[in-house]
Amino acid sequence: MNNSLVELNNCGVFRNQKWLVRGVSLKVSQGEIVTLIGPNGSGKSTTAKMSLDILKPDEGTNTIKKDIRISYVPQKISIDWSLPLRSIDFVNLVTKHKTSEINDALGITGIQHLINEDVRNLSGGEFQRLLMARAIAKEPHFLVLDEPVQGVDYSGEIALYKTIQEIVKKINCGILLISHNLHVVMSQTDYVICLNGHVCCSGIPSSVIKDQEYIKLFGSNIDPTLSLYKHNHDHHHLPDGSIKGADKNK
Amino acid sequence: MFDDFIIRAFVAGIGLALITGPLGCFIIWRRLSYFGDTIAHSALLGVVIAYAMNFNLIIAVFAVSCFIALSLLFLQKRTNLPDDALLGLLAHSVLAIGLVLLGILSFIRIDLMGLLFGDILSVNITDVLFVWVGGSIVLIVLILIWRPLFAATVNLELAKAEGLNADLANAIFTILIASVIAISIKIVGILLITGLLIIPAAASRNLSSTPIQMAIISSVIGLVSVVLGLQTSMIWNSPTGPTILAITLGVFILSLIPLKKLLISKKKIELSN
Repeated sequence: MNNSLVELNNCGVFRNQKWLVRGVSLKVSQGEIVTLIGPNGSGKSTTAKMSLDILKPDEGTNTIKKDIRISYVPQKISIDWSLPLRSIDFVNLVTKHKTSEINDALGITGIQHLINEDVRNLSGGEFQRLLMARAIAKEPHFLVLDEPVQGVDYSGEIALYKTIQEIVKKINCGILLISHNLHVVMSQTDYVICLNGHVCCSGIPSSVIKDQEYIKLFGSNIDPTLSLYKHNHDHHHLPDGSIKGADKNK
Repeated sequence: MFDDFIIRAFVAGIGLALITGPLGCFIIWRRLSYFGDTIAHSALLGVVIAYAMNFNLIIAVFAVSCFIALSLLFLQKRTNLPDDALLGLLAHSVLAIGLVLLGILSFIRIDLMGLLFGDILSVNITDVLFVWVGGSIVLIVLILIWRPLFAATVNLELAKAEGLNADLANAIFTILIASVIAISIKIVGILLITGLLIIPAAASRNLSSTPIQMAIISSVIGLVSVVLGLQTSMIWNSPTGPTILAITLGVFILSLIPLKKLLISKKKIELSN
């Protein structure tokens, strides 16, 4: 089994006298989508950064396959006013592309008409799509999406997930997707990992359409791009994030 | 032809303007204008060392500037203080050390006005060579590190994640600023160099819509300001460095006129008619 692009083995990051996240193991292979979910401050972004080698784990090992193209869509980017930057310049930020490639990438995310627009004139949703277009123009082997649906409405979320499906079909890359939505994930997801300072549980999502509880709640008119994830926790977290019963002093 | 001090002044000034253009853009984009000031302040120490040890001025200033830049990188990693506090700490403490040394080594006589405001009319052939050879190296290195440096300017983590060597590009950029300040001491002086880095780039921002455009226009504005400034200073017999900077300010004010908007609104009126 050496087709994995990125592998974290029992990784942890220790900052300011505490573990931000500890004991995380995950693997992303070609054509596979792994979704990381968890509440705020649970170490999702930290884990993503370890998988990109921006952060070195203080414990455990992170292995990234050599000579692969990597694309990263960070959680937030703010462009300073002093920078004159058009969409096309932003797509060319790390790698210079042919105009046809840029048009294709912008076309997939539906913002081809904004190619010469200054990025600071884009709306939040348009900018989010530009980030995505830049990431896929590289045709990466490994793509990390840190909360790509934040601030996007329900229909926008479904559209974005459809775009991700298209990307996977087109370039067959491995994807690490981060989401703060604890219960509903993208159907195409191969594996879900629930984080809260450590791996709480992990598994395969169940299809939303088949889930009777969900149909009762939202009706049967549910989009097939979404799936439910059923958590399977065998422990409870105390308010400070530590695990109940794990430390005898508590 | 280089016998004439006027021609030497033009050649040195134009060379300097061509380098400060693109470098100044990065200083604005990265919010480093106070960093330029810090390096320039600490240059006094370099000047004192050069005089005390009878050493080349530009090389001594360059060495001290690099040392200050590296100290800043070190302090950034070691302390939790914000950048502007660290820069203030370095700028004024090193300036103070320079002044103390200058007082102790009483045999040194420095033309303080020349140091603070530069004296472009006194540059010799070696200075001109330093500007053009050093400047060419600075420009070539900047072009070589452009992509990682620019990507890191937009978003450091993104640049690192996608395999660019952003830390190295940042370190090299710091050295480039140190070199340009060392080169420019004799021409515009330590008090005015930050202005020559920032004002043309700021004016250029108002006129450009892409990063490369901004870098090129910034060089052109610097060049025009140097030429006009030199001529004006000869006509009015005013100090040259400050005159050049006053001209850059004039260009900046002109750049505030929203030409594009005026043209567009005129078109709209024509269309509606």
